[in-house]
Amino acid sequence: MRERIDWIPPALIAAIALGALVLIGNPSTWVTLTIAGLAMGLLIFIMSSGLTLVFGLMDVMNFAHGLFITVGAYMAVSVMKLLSASAGSESFLVNLGALLPAMLAAIVVAALLGFFFERVIIKPVYGQHLKQILITTGGLIVAEQLIHVFWGPDMLPLQRPSALRGSFLVGDMAIEKFRLSAVAIGLAVFVAMILILNRTKIGLLIRAGVENKEMVEAMGYRIRRLFVGVFVAGSALAGLGGALWGMYQEQVTVHIGANMMVLIFIVIIIGGLGSVGGCFAGALLVGLVANYIGYLSPKIALGSNILLMVIVLLWRPQGLYPVSRQ
Amino acid sequence: MIATLLSGDKPRSRLLTAMLVAIFVGLALAPFLFPGTRPLDVAAKVCVFILLVASYDLLLGYTGIVSFAHTMFFGIGGYGVGIALSRMEPGWGAIALGAAIAVVLSLVLSFLIGLFSLRVKAIFFAMITLAVASFFAILASQLSNVTGGEDGITFKVPEMLRPAYRLLEEPFLGVTVGGRFITYYLVFLGSLILFLALLRVVNSPFGRVLLAIRENDFRAEALGFRTVIYRTIANCLGALVATLAGVLYALWLRYTGPNTTLDFAIMIDILLMVVIGGMGTMYGAVIGAAIFVVAQNYLQEAMKAFSGWTKGIPLLPDLFHPDRWLLWLGVLFVLSVYYFPHGIVGQLRARAKK
Repeated sequence: MRERIDWIPPALIAAIALGALVLIGNPSTWVTLTIAGLAMGLLIFIMSSGLTLVFGLMDVMNFAHGLFITVGAYMAVSVMKLLSASAGSESFLVNLGALLPAMLAAIVVAALLGFFFERVIIKPVYGQHLKQILITTGGLIVAEQLIHVFWGPDMLPLQRPSALRGSFLVGDMAIEKFRLSAVAIGLAVFVAMILILNRTKIGLLIRAGVENKEMVEAMGYRIRRLFVGVFVAGSALAGLGGALWGMYQEQVTVHIGANMMVLIFIVIIIGGLGSVGGCFAGALLVGLVANYIGYLSPKIALGSNILLMVIVLLWRPQGLYPVSRQ
Repeated sequence: MIATLLSGDKPRSRLLTAMLVAIFVGLALAPFLFPGTRPLDVAAKVCVFILLVASYDLLLGYTGIVSFAHTMFFGIGGYGVGIALSRMEPGWGAIALGAAIAVVLSLVLSFLIGLFSLRVKAIFFAMITLAVASFFAILASQLSNVTGGEDGITFKVPEMLRPAYRLLEEPFLGVTVGGRFITYYLVFLGSLILFLALLRVVNSPFGRVLLAIRENDFRAEALGFRTVIYRTIANCLGALVATLAGVLYALWLRYTGPNTTLDFAIMIDILLMVVIGGMGTMYGAVIGAAIFVVAQNYLQEAMKAFSGWTKGIPLLPDLFHPDRWLLWLGVLFVLSVYYFPHGIVGQLRARAKK
């Protein structure tokens, strides 16, 4: 039986977008802002989806998730520097020769780090929330310092590949090429994730595990192993997101991940802890609202995310898509 | 007498007692024992951080909730007096008004955050406080016409606390009794009284309920204690003391800015101090803050020397670069959480028991 989808949150996002169109008044500005909002939202989704699944599956909250983002961004810096010849070329295909290895390196290193982190740092503190928060924060401190050791303390520039710089002009609308590619990658990740979760046996087990892990274990599946897999996949996605986010901002500091963590927490709280669909809706909501408000009234832009979270939680205290648990 | 002052919560270890007495004497007589500007700065910082860390221990160690908003309350206190003293005639009235407004703001904020997010899991509270605190830090750096933005506020303190002021014409025991002297003892006594008050709180029946909630909130609820209310009160108390610590620190520095109060790095420092010193012991705050602040000021020099010796070996000089001192404290932190959950104080007490 297919679950019925709750259409209210997507409708809300559409309503906000339309409302913003009325308020902004200028369609070409609106398109630019919407693309920027979608790009930001989808990148946040890539970075946060793993965290919400990890929490849903094992009740583990990793405060060092931002670390994978940082490492992904730094790997992108290193690889792009190494392959700067092909990154600087005008042809998009040659650019891919730098972009793909950069993304791949970010994914692989973040995944390895995620595996190490899960085994060494998090495994001993399963089920103890207080210690999890402390230990992952501690891991974050140590790792940030190690990044200083390897890459130095300075801010590093991260150039986008030449073909992705600048923007298209459609009529009088300026659409940044990089943002469009970010939207494409983000949507691809979302679709792939939804397909895996809904159409494969692993996905079925993960969804079942989020709802009731004892029952899945009772059926004879090793949920710990599943969990490690999800943790590693989530770390890899965070690494990918970090590489893309670094290019989005065109610079990388050691705090890039820790700074994102605040947004990521807001997104997964808004979405409902443990829910991938909610995480997606929450990320889009945060990305769009941040861009619209940033244009309409920059003064309150800073508080818009917190305000959004408060409003959503007053409306649905368990988030947009509450995860049912027995 | 001493037992009453300590609310009957004795150190329960000879070595610990000796360390506490040494720290107490060192701080009480700091202007006489360590002349000079820098050592006195270190001593004042130790006083303020003992108080700040102890108030955090009330949350983390006694109530079992992790807050990342403690520096926010610390900052509210600092900005409260800072703004009041820079806008009004610099006098005691301005300090009182600024502190009062800061305390009210902190209480309202902590009450709202607590009520809003303490009903659910500890993790939820940690995430919400992180979001709110980072929002507040951005707010403080953006509203530059009120808070001075990234530069912060430098302000004038009342006549009596200014360095140029002299209470006694002649130096007393070789120490100038002037504005800095008075300010130091204001900070020291303020911290001492508030620390003893916190000790009183955790050893009261209220404190016992907090411990019960930490150990098993389900059972505490079943025994008839409304855990939300107790946790929220603990959260408000912690915020109150943190705000007052912020007031004292701002008075000492005659400056308030994001780097001295709101920075996330300070939150990390507080976590390190409370965990390394010992969660849920109060005395852990004293030991942790003293060790940490001294390490912050003097460990770097030792590392510089070590880094110098290892020149030529790959990676090692970088690992021991003086700026990497936090790396080693971070490792110590992780190890403490795993192996010594009650930190240094817990270890000393366990040894005394044997």
